[in-house]
Amino acid sequence: MHVIESGLGEMIQPIDLDGFREWNREKKSRALVDKLMSEQEAISRFVYDGCYLGTELYGTVRAPMSLVREVLRQGKKDLRIAGQGVAELDLLLGAGVVKTLDITYIGLEVYGTSAALRREVESGRVEKVVEWSNGGITWRFKAAAMGVPFIPTRSMLGTDTLRYSAAKVVECPFTGMKLCLIPALILDVGLIHVHRADRYGNAQVEGISGFALEMSRACKRLILSAEEIVDTEEIRRYPDRTMIPYYLVDAVVHAPFGAHPGEMVYLYERDEEMLKEWVDSFQTVEGTQAYLDKYVYSLPNHEAYMDRVGRERLAALKAAAEGR
Amino acid sequence: MMSEREYNPTELLICIAARQMPDAVTAFIGTGIPMLAASLAQKMHAPNLVAVFEFGGTGARLKRLPRAVGEGRTFYRGLVASGICDTMETAARGFIDYGFLGGAQIDAYGNLNSTIIGPRHHPPKVRLPGSGGANDVGSLCWRTITIMRHDKLRFVPKVDFVTTPGYLSGPGAREAAGLPPNTGPYRVVSTLGLLGFDEETRRMMLLATNPGVTVEQVIENTGFELLIADQVGQNEPPTAEELRILREEVDPERFYI
Repeated sequence: MHVIESGLGEMIQPIDLDGFREWNREKKSRALVDKLMSEQEAISRFVYDGCYLGTELYGTVRAPMSLVREVLRQGKKDLRIAGQGVAELDLLLGAGVVKTLDITYIGLEVYGTSAALRREVESGRVEKVVEWSNGGITWRFKAAAMGVPFIPTRSMLGTDTLRYSAAKVVECPFTGMKLCLIPALILDVGLIHVHRADRYGNAQVEGISGFALEMSRACKRLILSAEEIVDTEEIRRYPDRTMIPYYLVDAVVHAPFGAHPGEMVYLYERDEEMLKEWVDSFQTVEGTQAYLDKYVYSLPNHEAYMDRVGRERLAALKAAAEGR
Repeated sequence: MMSEREYNPTELLICIAARQMPDAVTAFIGTGIPMLAASLAQKMHAPNLVAVFEFGGTGARLKRLPRAVGEGRTFYRGLVASGICDTMETAARGFIDYGFLGGAQIDAYGNLNSTIIGPRHHPPKVRLPGSGGANDVGSLCWRTITIMRHDKLRFVPKVDFVTTPGYLSGPGAREAAGLPPNTGPYRVVSTLGLLGFDEETRRMMLLATNPGVTVEQVIENTGFELLIADQVGQNEPPTAEELRILREEVDPERFYI
């Protein structure tokens, strides 16, 4: 296949598909093993300095906040990140633990640009930045999920987004048209927050699926946090709702309000006041440090976080959840 | 009737953007003003406008204003709650008619920058959020409509970074790059007027000015040579009905307006 153009960006995470197959054969048990554990245990067992980490969903929505707070609490650093997110990635950037970034969008939607992203990237503390589109980075997961090294698309062509990505432009061997080849992305560790899971890792999500389907199949280690831990019989009653089967999963953490201060559709509203506190605090280095001290470093775990936020406050967010 | 002073520039942008949205079409809607415009359009003239939110919400009744592209209101009473591959691939097959975009900079060919400000990619002078879904929307939808504040810092001769493709370097450039034929920028809704793109040169052209704005003012606030339509129209100010719906139904919490 004739390569017409190669993006200048580095492959921050090299592709090893046969290694992934072997990994999935050797390291992912098909036995129904109880994987329910604390966030401390899950993060300390599977997240390590320098690992390539990905999170799902987007914005303030269904983001694995309690897991990311634990990543920070344990001082994990030099992380390589798939940058399609908002809240949880802003936290990682604010804490200064991101070394390299495959980025598509990190911003705060209604609250504008991310001050933490600006500080970390403009200072060069984030050493490498490789550009993608939202479709692009998700198709990278999809390629990994398909077990193939790339997916051809018609996005990103003709732009600097492609020029500063690690994609390639080729001539299609069937039609002769120009295509953008998006390389597979296999995460060392993926973090996904779901509505419910059983203790083995069978998991169901309500509302939109975002890119949970693709990303969950593109992880060497997958840590789930769930609002609710249910009996496997409950999963078996609605197997059509299961998005993530147990054998993809390495750890299951019970985390009610695990997406706070963001929202979980049908369960609880986003916490506007605390989102504003976050955004305001993150405008300065001092404010960021104070915020992280107050809501992350000074607390032992997610239970203590919920106490700090206030149980009544959380109950009110639950009561405010919008219905179907 | 309200006097023409009784609306702010954001409300004007929203109303004019909403008027560009036809009924019974599919349209990618992003965070911010496009959401408000789509909601207003649904309540005015386009009840069957199918709003598509990139992370999977399709066909929502935009009863309450979404504050995030992934939140529940993007599929409230919707037709589909799927995922981002489904929405983007729907666009790739030619099913999405319109895409609404924004950006920090735009050039005469409608190329958009939302990635960096400054001459160097890394480390940049200013880091912006990045493409998000914009590049996919600008690549795959039939027509894109960009909503922007209008000044010389934003309407520039050359964008610092082509995040999202407009007509790239001019006629035929999109097709030469491999993008689907017959796609590209259609309108720019700015704080000063409504702009389109000349069929032959693919350069931006002033079609209509906003209330109280002169053609000269638009030219002065544009950093490149702007084509001027033979007959420049005038955009009507927001009607009392548009403003009432916008303030009482679309954004009663005043998130944006």
